Amino acid sequence: MKAFIFQEATVASEAATVAGGAPGAMFLAGGTTLVDLMKLEVLTPDTVVDVRRLPFGDIELSESDVRIGATVTNSQLAWHAGIRERFPALSEALLAGASTQLRNMATVAGNIMQRTRCSYFRDVHAACNRRQPQSGCDAIAGFNRGHAVLGTSEHCIATHPSDMCVAMTIFDAVIHTLKPDGATRAVPCTEFHRQPGATPDVETVLEHGELITHVTLPIQPIARRSHYLKVRDRASYEFALASAAVALDLDGDTILGARLGLGGVATIPWRCREAEGGLVGRRADDKAFGAAAETALAGAIAREHNGFKIELARRTIVRALDSARDMSV
Amino acid sequence: MTETSAGPISEIAIALRVNGAERTVRVDARVTLLDLLRETLELPGTKKGCDQGTCGACTVIIDGQRVLSCLTLAASCRDHDVRTIESLAADGNLHPMQSAFLECDAYQCGFCTPGQILSAVCLLEEAEAGVPSHATPDVRQPIDRATLSDDEIRERMSGNLCRCGAYPNIVAAIRQNRQPHAEARR
Repeated sequence: MKAFIFQEATVASEAATVAGGAPGAMFLAGGTTLVDLMKLEVLTPDTVVDVRRLPFGDIELSESDVRIGATVTNSQLAWHAGIRERFPALSEALLAGASTQLRNMATVAGNIMQRTRCSYFRDVHAACNRRQPQSGCDAIAGFNRGHAVLGTSEHCIATHPSDMCVAMTIFDAVIHTLKPDGATRAVPCTEFHRQPGATPDVETVLEHGELITHVTLPIQPIARRSHYLKVRDRASYEFALASAAVALDLDGDTILGARLGLGGVATIPWRCREAEGGLVGRRADDKAFGAAAETALAGAIAREHNGFKIELARRTIVRALDSARDMSV
Repeated sequence: MTETSAGPISEIAIALRVNGAERTVRVDARVTLLDLLRETLELPGTKKGCDQGTCGACTVIIDGQRVLSCLTLAASCRDHDVRTIESLAADGNLHPMQSAFLECDAYQCGFCTPGQILSAVCLLEEAEAGVPSHATPDVRQPIDRATLSDDEIRERMSGNLCRCGAYPNIVAAIRQNRQPHAEARR
């Protein structure tokens, strides 16, 4: 690991100012991504600003929204009684990720900022435009079984690894930040991550030193009938090959509203708005769900090893919607 | 190596509580909690398996939560309460989970065992609190520790790998302790 200056922040403005003033600075929260990637020397910050002690560790539920502090752990959020009741797909998504030890460490903001598991990104000897701009992409002609089929470019096909963010996108989550100059802003989760395009190294809309302070989710009746289904190579402790976050608002058999997000198959947490729109007014059966799945994967581009993900994602969508329809709410 | 390529050396003095004792140490910012425990504090019970957050051999309990010490920077542990496998046996008596691992033959080489046992102890505390896992049929409902299924135990232990494959007996040891211990021993 490269040497660095360790700074503990106790006030958010100080954290943003310190990081903003040091071009090589990075924030440390749970450490499950950063410490791992620092050991591999994929990330080499010269200053590490520990934000874990900032007063952002609470989940506050009100009539209109839930406010989730940036340093709330994945376990804390997954186990919260109000989240389980009102946003079951969010709790399920979190519980489907990593192991209990990692969820006890990993934070909400860290989960939003986590880096791809692409093995070429994680190997400093491989070509990777995301890690080293203009160096090429060894995944495109390499072993790309785990890579994305949606939102890719000729410069990068790395999959966004988060389960939590997929659930967040369908619940219209808003990410709140603080900039080094003291300004704050609120960014919808669906606009926070950037598709790789020609600049895969620019992963989010954050500016250097900009700190996530909290996330808000509006309270919404549709979220009570929601489900997260993750398909992977192992039964536990593995990243998704394909996953779906879904929610349904039903009047009897008729769909009044639908939400659909995909994980494991896209370069960013993927919201399928066109497929959602196509479900409204239809009968909640496999015919409608299959049509939504076709729409959701219409733009998918297969590489040498990951073509199976397209059909897998379609089937994951249908089964997730089946489960949501059959929930007792 | 020049200072630029080596980067700045940063040392931190921290006080933390380890197995109930206050310890004050001076560490390079790069040192993990795992290396601090093993190499500075002479507590080798916590094992270094993969050293990359995959195997769970380095599991310790910080402020009541099971975590991975290999992905925890020691510098970030100021004022935290750390418990390792060395803290479990009290006054020469094994912790009930340690006894269960012995009785059930829940290990072979033993390298992953400290992490397995600490993880199992926390698992039952989590189950006592009723919190769900990925194996819980409906996350909206609390679970019951006393009837925790083998599927639940396997899912909740998935962060601890055992290369010897002692999994069936590890599950048995935890199952044996599902009941609060006084009742189980009666």
